[in-house]
Amino acid sequence: MTSATLSAGVAGADGARRPKRRTVLPGFNLTLGYTLLYLSLIVLIPLSALVFKTLSLTWPQFWEAVTSPRVLASYRLTFGASLIAALVNVVFGLLVAWVLVRYPFPGKKFVDALVDLPFALPTAVAGISLTALLAGNGWIGQFLEPHGIQLAFNPNGVVIALIFIGLPFVVRTVQPVLEDAEKELEEAATCLGATRWQTFTKVIFPSIAPALLTGFAMAFARAVGEYGSVIFIAGNMPMISEITPLIIIGKLEQYDYAGATAVATVMLVISFILLLVINGLQTWQRKRSAGNTQ
Amino acid sequence: MSQATVRSVQRGTTEAAWVRYTLTGVALVFMFLFLVLPLAAVFTEALRKGFEAYWEALKEPDAWSAIRLTLLTAAVAVPLNLVFGIAAAWCIAKYEFKGKSFLTTLIDLPFSVSPVVAGLIYVLVFGAQGWLGPWLMANDIKIVFAVPGIILATIFVTFPFIARELIPLMQAQGNEEEQAAIVLGATGWQTFWRVTLPNIKWGLIYGVILCNARAMGEFGAVSVVSGHIRGQTNTMPLHVEVLYNEYQSVAAFAVASLLALLALVTLAIKSVAEWRMEREMKALAELPPERPKE
Repeated sequence: MTSATLSAGVAGADGARRPKRRTVLPGFNLTLGYTLLYLSLIVLIPLSALVFKTLSLTWPQFWEAVTSPRVLASYRLTFGASLIAALVNVVFGLLVAWVLVRYPFPGKKFVDALVDLPFALPTAVAGISLTALLAGNGWIGQFLEPHGIQLAFNPNGVVIALIFIGLPFVVRTVQPVLEDAEKELEEAATCLGATRWQTFTKVIFPSIAPALLTGFAMAFARAVGEYGSVIFIAGNMPMISEITPLIIIGKLEQYDYAGATAVATVMLVISFILLLVINGLQTWQRKRSAGNTQ
Repeated sequence: MSQATVRSVQRGTTEAAWVRYTLTGVALVFMFLFLVLPLAAVFTEALRKGFEAYWEALKEPDAWSAIRLTLLTAAVAVPLNLVFGIAAAWCIAKYEFKGKSFLTTLIDLPFSVSPVVAGLIYVLVFGAQGWLGPWLMANDIKIVFAVPGIILATIFVTFPFIARELIPLMQAQGNEEEQAAIVLGATGWQTFWRVTLPNIKWGLIYGVILCNARAMGEFGAVSVVSGHIRGQTNTMPLHVEVLYNEYQSVAAFAVASLLALLALVTLAIKSVAEWRMEREMKALAELPPERPKE
């Protein structure tokens, strides 16, 4: 019913504007109707349950749940570690993308495929294997521990797990832009007497900056919500190395549904904001690259 | 331009050899530390006590039931999201309507929701204190802390994968071929099966394989709704966690190694699909224009 009226309205509007471009393809009502139904059942209605549950809390209840010291400490850790990890990923993601696009080396195809490993490897597996590597008796940890460097079971571990999770986002957003970059611009810069470094900072970098920023935002957004890879390596000490998603789980395990919902709402609002930022960045990036080709 | 100028410009658009080697070296070391070592650690830890112990760990009945539950979850979640992905891509890529970009954003929504929040919303709908809780209890239907909840949470987190791959692909391919088929008298289904599907085949495989990897590997969302009943509601990633927390390291890494193998197979198929898609796009670009301008 809704889809029928919606499509009728759409067809009318479309017909009025561009009478000649009415499509002959069938299936619009069916596919849009199914899409909206499935979207509502799986995503929108369950998400609205969170909103309604939050609205049933009183303001003091909500405020107390989302600003208790332990929760505040978890925000600091989650956002701080996500920020550091996303920044590291910007630097190394750009480097990896640059090397993959610009320099030939043996085994490049293999390395290129490997970049997506964090997408394909279940987070729990990443979590336990990073922990095994960095713990005091692990392959890497055994060399660092005598020097007093501890990378597992403290906030350092959180950052490392989040770097692992976020790497492909930056590489995969920057790589296509670098591939499409026009060599002519760089040649022109060189002909005009620019050094290689000047060409990079003044010609190449501005053209990839929007993609880099998009990659940063995506890696950050993913890191903020990450759970599986972090909990094994974090040590999960309250106030020190407890991430916000773990706070939600902890509250649920104590049947504190109101508290869990309140903290989850804060996280949800933040993810919405990040989603909007990422969408805006992508639009900007598309406009920039469209402007470049003209 | 003289030979010398050409050469100096070519030199001007790349870096000195030592810079190239250093950058490549740093990128490869970073990839080795963050991607290769964790992967290698999974298999080494799994085989630390030899093949026999590895095999024993995998033969364990709880491990088996976790494997079966994971396969079942993916077998339900992936086809459902596949049908949705095709429907959503069809209505978004083939038609113009109001609110299209908003709909696309809504489809991407599950990507930006923390997995833990994704699990929580189903608890709020189907849990004992949730919207449908009393009714479900009266009718003796278990959704949360049982298999249906696990499947629902998995559908949520893998929701956008296939739609997201197909929408840009189908938009790039346009409507001409389908319109020709319809004008020549094909029905909608015939057009879909014989024209659209062959064109989107590799994009579809790409989306399905990534969706499947996430469905089998999801940890956070499933962890919230599973209830952790050994042998009943533990998927493979949850079983890894249980074993790891019980200090059964070899067994935990043995199950994890299966998931790591799945990730490697996923990456391999994904690379092939990517390569085929690129080739087909290139072939499309090289075709003579269908309607040459006069």
